[in-house]
Amino acid sequence: MERGWLVVLGVMCVIWFVEDTQEKEGILPERAEEAKLKAKYPSLGQKPGGSDFLMKRLQKGQKYFDSGDYNMAKAKMKNKQLPSAGPDKNLVTGDHIPTPQDLPQRKSSLVTSKLAGRTLYKVKEQMI
Amino acid sequence: MTQVNTTSYKTIKLWKISERDKRPEGYNLKEEDGRYRDPTTVTTLRVPVFRPMDLMVEASPRRIFANAHTYHINSISINSDYETYLSADDLRINLWHLEITDRSFNIVDIKPANMEELTEVITAAEFHPNSCNTFVYSSSKGTIRLCDMRASALCDRHSKLFEEPEDPSNRSFFSEIISSISDVKFSHSGRYMMTRDYLSVKIWDLNMENRPVETYQVHEYLRSKLCSLYENDCIFDKFECCWNGSDSVVMTGSYNNFFRMFDRNTKRDITLEASRENNKPRTVLKPRKVCASGKRKKDEISVDSLDFNKKILHTAWHPKENIIAVATTNNLYIFQDKVN
Repeated sequence: MERGWLVVLGVMCVIWFVEDTQEKEGILPERAEEAKLKAKYPSLGQKPGGSDFLMKRLQKGQKYFDSGDYNMAKAKMKNKQLPSAGPDKNLVTGDHIPTPQDLPQRKSSLVTSKLAGRTLYKVKEQMI
Repeated sequence: MTQVNTTSYKTIKLWKISERDKRPEGYNLKEEDGRYRDPTTVTTLRVPVFRPMDLMVEASPRRIFANAHTYHINSISINSDYETYLSADDLRINLWHLEITDRSFNIVDIKPANMEELTEVITAAEFHPNSCNTFVYSSSKGTIRLCDMRASALCDRHSKLFEEPEDPSNRSFFSEIISSISDVKFSHSGRYMMTRDYLSVKIWDLNMENRPVETYQVHEYLRSKLCSLYENDCIFDKFECCWNGSDSVVMTGSYNNFFRMFDRNTKRDITLEASRENNKPRTVLKPRKVCASGKRKKDEISVDSLDFNKKILHTAWHPKENIIAVATTNNLYIFQDKVN
């Protein structure tokens, strides 16, 4: 009789253990990735995600290639009789129209900056 | 004639796109290449005539809308009234009239008095396809707010807030970043809206705010690559999504020039590739499969051999036909349903 009870208890324990592992496996990849990142960059912000990347988003100066403007500018140089679209003589599209050559290859990454803390401070200053 | 609104960074332009298949020839004072002729060499007069030419598509700017944005514009959306449109940047949404280029109304402003308190930014906005007073905007925290312009001039208070509750025990450093919504699109019916976050596409019923009605995994295998995707900035890539004309299929892009379609009725999905290798006209695209782990079957591609520089961020589906446009880095692909 006692033996019977022991066996039952054993099985119940095993079931509980398996379920718990399965639950953890679902989130394990993301947590493992987080651990990897923190190991590489221990100074990375305390707040998860959050203000680091928000500040970066709001950083001005990111220029995109605008094929419309680029072709317009090319056409303007060829042919001076382009109709001006209304009272917009002083229109500025950013500072200058980027050509394919002067686009940066890739925007700077948050983590490649060795002065992560300092960079954050600079960005905040610009915004205010 | 089509009109297209575009935005470059902070300026909005309305373009007219037209086709030209004939050109005037036989000017008296100009050569065919446009150079002016010396008037003293003109001895006879002729009447210029239109002659057929190779079809050319022309884009000409029709309106240029004054710089009303401090931050990068992420969305423009024309209203169903065809008179107004909205433009959204990270912190503000403005309402414009298509005929008035020098001013706009600010309808949403989430800039905090103290920038240190900034916790989220606007990532996308769109007008409702049928109700001209309704629009939605999504945020970097994965929420969507529906606003009614009849409620007040400044729509800082939402009418509805759509947010899926998150299990706090699942939270990681990446949670907020991957929940950031990169695109929001209403269904043609106006009853649903779709959002795209980094790993999935979600369909929301406008009548239910507390969770999406459908969720489709675009590339779940990337969850175990988030560290490198953060390092190479790919985790910030902004993928768009789109509906087919009958709202039965949704489509979005991925990496390696793959794009995915999800059939909402059959619950089947497919992965296709836009590449020059299978670019012969009339070739039927072969379904692709990514092998997440373990043994790679023949024709499958392992996650580690995916090219993360080949990303399909922009896709579009014809509103009536089964014709799609898919943009890779350097090429635009147009595909259609195979005709039997």
